Amino acid sequence: MSAATMTLTNVQIQRSPRHTATIYLKEAKYEFLKNLRLRMYTASVLSFPIMFYVLFGLVLNSKQAIGGTAVPTYLIATYGTFGVMGASLFGTAAGLASDRGLGWLQVKRASPMPPFAYFAAKVITSMTFSAVIVLALFALGITLGGVRMPAALFARLLGTLVAGSLPFSSMGLAVGYFAGPNSAPPTINLIYLPMSFCSGLWVPFMFLPKVVKQIALVLPPYHLSQLALGVVGAGTHESAATHWEVLIAFTMICLGIARIGFQRDQEKMYG
Amino acid sequence: MPATLDQTCNHGTLASEAIVASLQGVNKNYGNICALRDVDFRVRAGEVVALLGPNGAGKTTAVKLLLGLLQPTSGKARVFGGDPTNPENRMRTGAMLQVGRVPETLRVREHIDLFSSYYQSPMRAQDILATAGLENLGERKFGDLSGGQRQRVLFALAICGDPDLLFLDEPTAGLDVEARRMLWDQIRHIVSRGKTVLLTTHYLQEADALADRIAVINQGEIIAEGTPATIKAQTAGKRIRCITRLSLSTLRGIRGVIEAKEDREAMELHTGEAEPVLRELLARDATLSGLEISSAGLEEAFLALTQESSKSATHVTRSSFSEEMQ
Repeated sequence: MSAATMTLTNVQIQRSPRHTATIYLKEAKYEFLKNLRLRMYTASVLSFPIMFYVLFGLVLNSKQAIGGTAVPTYLIATYGTFGVMGASLFGTAAGLASDRGLGWLQVKRASPMPPFAYFAAKVITSMTFSAVIVLALFALGITLGGVRMPAALFARLLGTLVAGSLPFSSMGLAVGYFAGPNSAPPTINLIYLPMSFCSGLWVPFMFLPKVVKQIALVLPPYHLSQLALGVVGAGTHESAATHWEVLIAFTMICLGIARIGFQRDQEKMYG
Repeated sequence: MPATLDQTCNHGTLASEAIVASLQGVNKNYGNICALRDVDFRVRAGEVVALLGPNGAGKTTAVKLLLGLLQPTSGKARVFGGDPTNPENRMRTGAMLQVGRVPETLRVREHIDLFSSYYQSPMRAQDILATAGLENLGERKFGDLSGGQRQRVLFALAICGDPDLLFLDEPTAGLDVEARRMLWDQIRHIVSRGKTVLLTTHYLQEADALADRIAVINQGEIIAEGTPATIKAQTAGKRIRCITRLSLSTLRGIRGVIEAKEDREAMELHTGEAEPVLRELLARDATLSGLEISSAGLEEAFLALTQESSKSATHVTRSSFSEEMQ
């Protein structure tokens, strides 16, 4: 443990702020490119929320409303949450688990890379993909679903959802530190799909069975989707502050778990 | 081993200045498994040292300790006189490790660009590509490269910061002869620029071809150290090959024969001294033909050394025990 802390605190090095910024920028850029070219990632993470939105929001129910909010608008919030969650979980956990388990992270750790840059790159990439998904939903909603909102509300919705990438990126880091390179993707699916359903991302929350509604109260995607719905005027009873608190608490817990994994790794035997 | 310690003490600061990497009385345990046992090992500036041993001997553990990726259970790992985890030291070292998977969707040039950005004064991308023999592969994605090309990319990432000290952990493992020779050329090229290199390998030929000094490691202990010539001299054996009617058991019975084996139509004997064995052979078999005598290669030297060390393991414990008793 003492060795691990030493490594953590020791890691500062005299670089100009500009040099450090360049490293962070490149790390993020290449992480983004890496995922963008990974068909597995883009196919599942980008296309699913968009396809679902087109099907259920534009093709099937576009003229209907959920509790006074037009379906195309409502579903931007919920499929937006779904997309952000997928992009963030897969963007962090799968890569981290494989880098860790198959030695690539060791090569990076042996170099003078600032360790934080590696994690920051994953989070920034997840947020970027999240923004891409949300913007794609906006574009589809506006052009094909007749979604109309003041620009400020679009901006707030985008901001809320992209900020909502943080709890799931943190969760991904925690999963990535404890799952193996091959078990990480199925583990994420096991978390991601049931959570999405129970949080009302597929079937609007009000139509869910009572038991499921109870469970949803402890699930982060529920709170993020309620925040997003709140922006478009379709939120339910809890206050926005409550939702933010839950998400922040959840983020802290996940980062704590990830940190335990990080320290454990410092003294672990590899291959 | 104590002799080496005394030497450093006597030569004082001068000698210690020249040492760029060292393991000092290092033990490393993984749970109950002892990966390194009381290892004292030094790499001096400008030297190419090969850590030679079979799989599981502790080579990779030694490298990871010197890279600060592992902490010794006891003893000290030092690089440039300081802690290997010190970022200043990491600026001056490069490492080629055994990796299961490298991000495959990034291009060679992109990998190099990213790693170069970590260093204060990296080499120019063009020079890195040329040095690693990747001139025409910069735009290729890592996933589209052959095994040899992949190893050369990892080599490029190790040298991109223009480091003073280079760690190469089994650089040619799993490569075919041609790819191996190509990587050797690249390593020689970087060595000619005055770099200090520690390489691990289980190919004796590789250690012989590249290193100024070889440390043979087996079961976590360094069992021999010296120039390739010294290592060979330590077992100064001869190999006799001949076609003979004598049976394997008869041959083994001849005084001076360490080992005998059948090799296609001929017999191969490993001896300490060839002459007495030869006299005996010729006296016993008048039809003996196809006689060849050669120096035992590094291969045999290595085999003899490692076998000796495992045989004498119990022996050593007993003798050190009796020393304590006295």
